[in-house]
Formats: sequence, structure tokens, C-alpha cells
Amino acid sequence: MDTALILHFLSTPWVFLLWTTFLKSFIFLNLTIIVVSVTVFAERKVSAFIQDRTGPNRVGLPLTLLGAKKDPFLWGLGQMVADPIKLLTKENFVPGGVDKLYFWLAPKLVMIPPILVLAVLPFGSSLFGVEMTIANLNIGVLYIFAIASLSVYGITLAGWASNSKFPFLGGIRSSSQMISYELSLGLSIIPVFMICGSLNLNEIIDWQVKNGWLVSPWWPKGFSIHDLLHPAAILHSFVAGVSLQRILLWIPLMISFVIFLVSIFAETNRLPFDLPEAEQELVGGYHTEYASMNFALFFLGEYAAMFAGSGAIVSLFLGGWSCPLIPDGSQGWFWGLVNIGVFFVKVSLMLLFMIWVRWTLPRFRYDQLMKLGWLGFFPVALFNIFLTALILAFVRN
Amino acid sequence: MAIVVERPKLTLAEKFYLPSIIAGLAITWKHLKRAIFNKGIVTMQYPEEKWDANLPEWYRGAPTLVTDEHGREKCVSCQLCEFICPPRAITIKPGEIPENDKWRKVEKRPQEFDIDMARCIYCGLCEEVCPEEAIFLRKDYSITGLNRAEMVHDKETLYKLGGVKSGLTFKWNELK
Repeated sequence: MDTALILHFLSTPWVFLLWTTFLKSFIFLNLTIIVVSVTVFAERKVSAFIQDRTGPNRVGLPLTLLGAKKDPFLWGLGQMVADPIKLLTKENFVPGGVDKLYFWLAPKLVMIPPILVLAVLPFGSSLFGVEMTIANLNIGVLYIFAIASLSVYGITLAGWASNSKFPFLGGIRSSSQMISYELSLGLSIIPVFMICGSLNLNEIIDWQVKNGWLVSPWWPKGFSIHDLLHPAAILHSFVAGVSLQRILLWIPLMISFVIFLVSIFAETNRLPFDLPEAEQELVGGYHTEYASMNFALFFLGEYAAMFAGSGAIVSLFLGGWSCPLIPDGSQGWFWGLVNIGVFFVKVSLMLLFMIWVRWTLPRFRYDQLMKLGWLGFFPVALFNIFLTALILAFVRN
Repeated sequence: MAIVVERPKLTLAEKFYLPSIIAGLAITWKHLKRAIFNKGIVTMQYPEEKWDANLPEWYRGAPTLVTDEHGREKCVSCQLCEFICPPRAITIKPGEIPENDKWRKVEKRPQEFDIDMARCIYCGLCEEVCPEEAIFLRKDYSITGLNRAEMVHDKETLYKLGGVKSGLTFKWNELK
């Protein structure tokens, strides 16, 4: 076969789409798995620091086994590798009396939805002209909601199939919690669609590049390096960004940001809303009876959901891959890589925030959570939609 | 009489949770920042750092056998400790002291003295019951072994751990 022929074949439109999509999926999935294992480590380390402990600081490279004199001190970073190895090599114990089919199915159902959500997240602008989204869907955000809420089935099935009290309670709690929050989660970002005029995450990010991030929609056109050379241009972009409509829109946007953020915490079963797995009340919650890799899948699912949730927050409110002063990928492959880096930095900060909140706040009581969801966020989110509509209709500039 | 606890009136800020959440986040952030620079950490790195110097006088560690200042085994193998031991960790095989021995008049000493540390509960009854003040609980607490056999302290180990106890010991006094 001729090389030119292969290159020609690879650049025919549908083949090109096929192999770039596979490559993007492969790379993004692996990056996510790495981020998940780093997050697990960060969770342990940050929790330790917040509680004035040191956290895992022993595991490193076992060079002494290979004849070296001293193991390098790695601040316990080897823990990231040691944890998965431990979980992979453990006995996969299945207790008697469980419903085998659903018992085995449940962990997969928990893990798959967050990974599917990753498909629509724009994790970069473009690289060599290839868009850095695995699937550029026009219904991107709806897809996220549709898929992300499926993971509750896995949790409920796990609780039911385990044939044990505590997992069962965890499963029930999970489903009621999901019903309380899914609604305000969906309603809270309707103002975003009204302002951006699109459900496509890429287009929402494009809007934010042009008009400023949705949490601070102040600069039009965005900053660029060229602007830096002309102080007047910076001033102009700021002054032009501040209009009455923008200032007024900022209020409903902040409300929807807070509601969305809190709902994502509930969606990913993180403290202060981790009722399904409340360790102190329910032993381990829905995964009490699981061991080894089955348990690890729950773990992976939870942290992948955190990653996907952070990705959604970053894409919707925090400007996605964009950053002031940094051009997008059309200016060269270097900027394309920088944009991917910006996305991951933002997501990491978001994950850090989630961990930080987890080790600060105590758990909500069951009824408090329902009350907050139904009587607090639901009406506020509904009111927020009307507020946005009124501002958009009556305040023109 | 029933006591009615007045519910405190919450201000608007308190009802919204958010200000107190931010205050809480500030507190944890302070600790996080401090701990990252290795300040204020209370963790003790166990095998490298130990609390041994701070163990209290009355600490009950591993039971051991002692000799007196003349090198005589204080134990006369009366087997009282063996009988009182609640988890039956002690096994003694008494033996007679031969004619030509310097301590012939003591008549008996243990031929074998095993304490199974996997069974020992560190209750100290053996020390309390011993009429000869021959068995003492010392401050060793980290008793490890790779199998059950290694967890059994034989006579030699017990004397090595116990060492010499010189002079009169007043076993009913607070200080031992």
C-alpha cells in the first residue's frame, strides 16, 4: 500500500471523523481516569490537611526492591497507583442471598453514565482544526441531564440487590434525593439557554468567549494579546461590556450558578448531600456489600461523576476552555493545547472546591434536604426564569 | 415537668446558610493552608517517632520474667500465674533444681515457661498473683510475629525482656 493512498483514505471526511473521534475518546477517557485517581489521592491529602493530619505520605517507588540504597520520598504519590492495584487484586466476594444479575449489573450502571456525559463536554477549542469535543451535539445539555440521572438506577439496584438493610436504605434515599434535585438542576440553567440562545455546549462557550464568562459577563469580544498593547482597547472592552442589561442579568445568573452548583453536589452524592452512602448512619450505604473491583467501579463512578459535574459547571458558567488573554486553537496548535490545559485546570480547581466543601460541611438531614430541594431551590429557580425573561424583554441594552 | 426549649430566632442571613457556609470554608481553608506548609500537624509518624518516653508508670505491657541481683531466677514454678491467667496464655513445665546447684534450697524452677502473646490480654493478674514477685508487666507493647509460633515467648525471651529486678519490690505499693 502506498503511503499517499493511506493518507488520502484517512482524510476522506467520514474516515477522518471516525478515527479522530476514536482518538479523542481514547485520550479523554484516559485523562479522566488519571484525573480520577489523582482526585482520590487529593481527597485523602486535602482532608488530612484540613484536619491537621499528614495524610498518606509513605508509598513511593520501591527502588530498594531493585537494589537501590534508598527509596525516593514522593509525598505519598505512589498511593495513586497502590490503591487501584489493591482493589484489582482483592477477592471479589459476593455475599449469599443477593440477586446475582442485578448485583453484578449495578456497579456498571453507576460507572457508565458519568463516562457517557464526557462525550459532549468541550475539553478544548480545536487542535489542528479538529474540534476538541467528542460529540458536538445540539442538545448537549439535555443529553447531560438525561444520561447523568441514569446513575441513580445503578445505586437503587445496588441497594435492592444486596439483600441487606443498609444498602436498601441507601438506595431509597438516593432515589428520593434525585427526584428532589433533578428538577431544580434542570430549571436552574434555563436562564443560561435564554441568554446564550443555544443548548449546544460549544455554542454556549463561544458566547462566553465573546461576552465574558457567565458568572461575570463583563467583557465583550474577550481579551486578546493584541489588546494588551493598547491600553485604550482594554478600557474600551470593559466599558463596552457594562450595560444595564448585563448588570441586571448578572443577578439571575448568579442565582442559577449557586443552584446549579448545589444541585451538582447532590447529583454526584457528595457531602453535604451524601445521604445514600452516609458512613456514620448506613455503614457504607448502597455499596456496603460490595468488594474488590465491583466496589472500585462505584468509586470510579462517583469520582467520574464529580469530574463530569465539574466539567458541566465549567462549561456552562466558568467559560469552559476559554481564558482571557489566551486565543483559541485557530491561532495555532500551541494555543489549542493551552486551551485543553485551561479546561483541566478549571476542572481541577472545581474538584478541589468539591473536596474542600466535603470536609467543611456536615451532612444535611433527610427531611432538610427534601425541604431545601422542593421548598427552596425549586421555586427560586422557577422565579429566576421569569426574572431573566423580564430582563431580556424589557431592558434592551 | 416538661422543659420547653426555645428555638432561637434566626436572622435572614442565618436562614440562607450561605454566610455560615462561607465562614466554615474560611476556617477549613486556614487549616489547609497551614498544614500544606507543615505547620500545626498533629500526626505522629509512628515507627520513627514514638511515645515511649511518655508511657505512664502504671503502663501494662508484655509480661516478663525477672532475675534478682544475684542472678537467681525468681520464679519457683508454683504455676499460680498459669492457673489464674484468664485467656490461658501461660504454660509452665516445672523442673527440679539439681543437688549441686547453688540455689538447691529453692528446690524448683521452671524448666519451660511459655507465654503465648497472641492470647495474652495484658490484664496483669499474673503479676498480681505471683508470690515470689518473679513476673512483671514491662512496657513493651509492640509484639509482632509472622506466625503463631513466633508469637510465643519462651523462657529465654522472657528473661531477656525482663532483665534484673534488684532489691525488695513492694508489690502493693503504687510505685513498682
